[in-house]
Amino acid sequence: MKTKESFVSTTNACKLCKPLGATLAFKGVEGCVPFLHGSQGCATYMRRYIISHFREPMDIASSSLGEKNAIYGGGPNLKKGLLNVMQKYGAKVVGVASTCLTETIGDDMPMIIAEFRREFGDLDLPEIVQVSTPSYEGTHTEGFHAAVRAMADQLVTDKVEPHGGVNVMPGLASAEDQRHLAELVRLFGAEPTLLPDTSDTLDGPALMEYERIPSGGTPLSAIRAMSGARGTVELGRTLKGMRTGGDGLAQRFDVPLFKIGTPVGLRETDGLCAALEAITGAPMPKALLKERGRLVDALVDGHKYVFGKRVVVYGEPDLAIGLTAFLAEMGAQPVLVATGAEKCGLAGHVAEACGDLLRERPEICEGVDFHEIAEKAEAMGPELLVGNSKGYPSARKWNIPLIRTGFPIHDRFGGQRILHMGYKGALGLYDAVVNAVLEKKQSDSPVGYGYL
Amino acid sequence: MAETSPLTVFEERQDQIHCTGDGPFEMACNRDSLAGAVSQRACVFCGSRVVLYPIADALHLVHGPIGCAAYTWDIRGSLSSGPELHRLSFSTDLRERDVIFGGEKKLAAALDELIDRHHPNAAFVYSTCIVGIIGDDLEAVCRTMTEKKGIPVIPVLSEGFKGNKRAGYLAACKAMNRLVGTGDVTDISPVSVNILGDFNLAGEIWIIRNYFERMGVQVVANITGDGRVADIRRAHGAALNVVQCSGATLDLAKMMREEHGVPFVRAAYLGIEDMADSLYRIADFFKGIDPGIVDRTRALVREEVSALLPRLAEMRRDLEGKKAAIYVGGAFKAFSLIKAFRHLGMTVAVVGSQTGTEEDYAELAQVTDPGTIIIDDANPLELSRFVKEKDVDVFVGGVKERPIAYKLGVGFCDHNHERKIALEGFEGMYNFAREVHASAMSPVWRFVPRREAQNRAAAKGGTAPADAGSDAPAPGEANIPNDKEAVA
Repeated sequence: MKTKESFVSTTNACKLCKPLGATLAFKGVEGCVPFLHGSQGCATYMRRYIISHFREPMDIASSSLGEKNAIYGGGPNLKKGLLNVMQKYGAKVVGVASTCLTETIGDDMPMIIAEFRREFGDLDLPEIVQVSTPSYEGTHTEGFHAAVRAMADQLVTDKVEPHGGVNVMPGLASAEDQRHLAELVRLFGAEPTLLPDTSDTLDGPALMEYERIPSGGTPLSAIRAMSGARGTVELGRTLKGMRTGGDGLAQRFDVPLFKIGTPVGLRETDGLCAALEAITGAPMPKALLKERGRLVDALVDGHKYVFGKRVVVYGEPDLAIGLTAFLAEMGAQPVLVATGAEKCGLAGHVAEACGDLLRERPEICEGVDFHEIAEKAEAMGPELLVGNSKGYPSARKWNIPLIRTGFPIHDRFGGQRILHMGYKGALGLYDAVVNAVLEKKQSDSPVGYGYL
Repeated sequence: MAETSPLTVFEERQDQIHCTGDGPFEMACNRDSLAGAVSQRACVFCGSRVVLYPIADALHLVHGPIGCAAYTWDIRGSLSSGPELHRLSFSTDLRERDVIFGGEKKLAAALDELIDRHHPNAAFVYSTCIVGIIGDDLEAVCRTMTEKKGIPVIPVLSEGFKGNKRAGYLAACKAMNRLVGTGDVTDISPVSVNILGDFNLAGEIWIIRNYFERMGVQVVANITGDGRVADIRRAHGAALNVVQCSGATLDLAKMMREEHGVPFVRAAYLGIEDMADSLYRIADFFKGIDPGIVDRTRALVREEVSALLPRLAEMRRDLEGKKAAIYVGGAFKAFSLIKAFRHLGMTVAVVGSQTGTEEDYAELAQVTDPGTIIIDDANPLELSRFVKEKDVDVFVGGVKERPIAYKLGVGFCDHNHERKIALEGFEGMYNFAREVHASAMSPVWRFVPRREAQNRAAAKGGTAPADAGSDAPAPGEANIPNDKEAVA
């Protein structure tokens, strides 16, 4: 496996910065305003980036540090910002993430926030969750998980009465994925608590009044009650090596934890169903068995179209692992699996998730940018790209289809409504892959077959 | 406790919002954004990146952690007729160890590598927040690399926290000014200009260049849309700088006037009057040495406008009486848009900018109708409130404003740097009208909760539904056939 030492510079990064992930996680809590402690530009850039994917309002407050604050410390601005967010937005929760600026000038956020609580203790203060997300370390994925962990650690403080619910930490999932996950848990007869849940806050209905904070998100009361759940399902194989929100709940409140792969494709979804069976004691629901059957039927119907197709998969590690495993199941040949993240054990996880399905082992690259991905892939003769919309320049250059998945999708409509997870998600992805292959075949053909 | 003006959401911002006709005009602006308010503004780096980005044969290296480069990767519609190096996103991707030990070595190595790979004609190195704190000596690294590589390697002092976007414009102008005056100017016509402050979104600068060429004016340098390093190096040979936009490149024009004696005129290419005025102003400047230019310009304007007006009239029939809100980066654009909306029979009910000056706002107050809301450095709460209160039909803004409008069921026209449709020049005015028309006339607004509620209320009260108000002929327009009735 190759990590990024071959080039000093980065060209067209295959990752985003850590605070962006934190703001996405905070967005999934009811009444929460994501807040960046840093200069104004960070919040504005991230808002724009996120809005372009979701086409939804995405307010991120900022402590808007100026030059003086950078010299004397950002504490006063952070406090003033918290007051404003609380009074003008009516925030019930404020999720504060640091940035490279405030980490480098050495602002002690926990101390500043403790001071804030003392100074304004007479007011009706919101919950303030804080997380350290220096942009010079890790990626948006790690920022997301760090914020989830911060919320679990800082908001779930007491053991509540057992209530039979199931906690789900979905990771960076689309709004449609989150809705489907909740539905799956309900099919097993339990009430889900997703942390976070952006399925309404970032995919909401048309409104009469502009909401200062979009409705939806996981309610604070539900988050507090996660300590009484029957179990926690945490999605993403790369989480196995780190201390996560689910670990905290397991250690402090004995909530059984199932760290499983992001349920993309047949077997990773089987893994999710097995975990839900184990937690709830309920058997696999009939409706799901039927969905599974339909997926297997489709895999059979389409197998010849996709067999041996050389595919490049890239993007956020856990989604990439799931997608690779699914491509392996359908008989395609992933030739390169790449991510901008580092030290996530990608090679091991891909090998484990694919088992003995692959005839050739794909090359695995961590810490790479799109320049390196393109350079590597070109020699491999790829026939299909699977990843976010940032791989489009290569798809265009090589004249091959790009199946858009994950985040961000800036050149197509409805990225937030793509379903990747579950048997149903796999079926949709499979249709997309097969149809992309057929469309390519049809448009390249001199005959122009009308039957394929 | 201070008395709260009825216009404010944030007390501290009450002197940054004004309703025309409400007492004497005073506006506080160019302030730092209020902590905790979700400002629509960006940072110094953003200002510099916006200005320099379209220089297509330069290497643009962002020295900092990955975010600043990632969020500015190929996000604008700035087209190039040749090289497209500007569409790639280069970063030193600083890590913790670089923050501790300094990033100079990494920067030098990155420049070495990228210049060898891409052979650019110059390199711009943008500093980010963190570089301002760890104190990397950009100047020294760039000097060394200039000598080593034989191309200008220029630092852009754009640390994000050191001011707002305007400070970034200045940093970008200073960087470009290092190039100006270093190229050969021997073959430049005495009737020649540089185009400053146009970024060639969707090919707009090509429209403007075409007008200039038809007038007999040579264009020396595009600054910066479809820009080239060699052109900027010899830009001081042009007889005149034509400066568009609210100051993004005005600083450079001032520097060039001082150092090279190149005068400048302001120009605006949006809307009919401003476009024509700009061309006449340039003709006027050159008429001493080229007397024919005035006639040529008149002919050009006549030809373009007479082709445009009938096409606009069709859309004006539908749009008459509808209301618009404008929120843009620089106030200059707002002036042009107000006039453009008048051509469509529309009024402007809310107008604001991220970075307007006191004079800009005073002028806005004069050119708008009484009761118009004027706003500096707005946030989503304020924007949504005024859009709703004024019941506007179309909001003109950037990508951050779009979801505010759409969530409330209000039409939208993208007027920011991501746009893919040319809005400048006479043909741009037609495109603008079509954009506004396509949004305002869509049937979808009928289904949004705000309109449904209005219509329900109107049905109960027995009065005309709110969204039908604009369907009725406006006063003085009653002789125009209302073709909508046939549909209904």
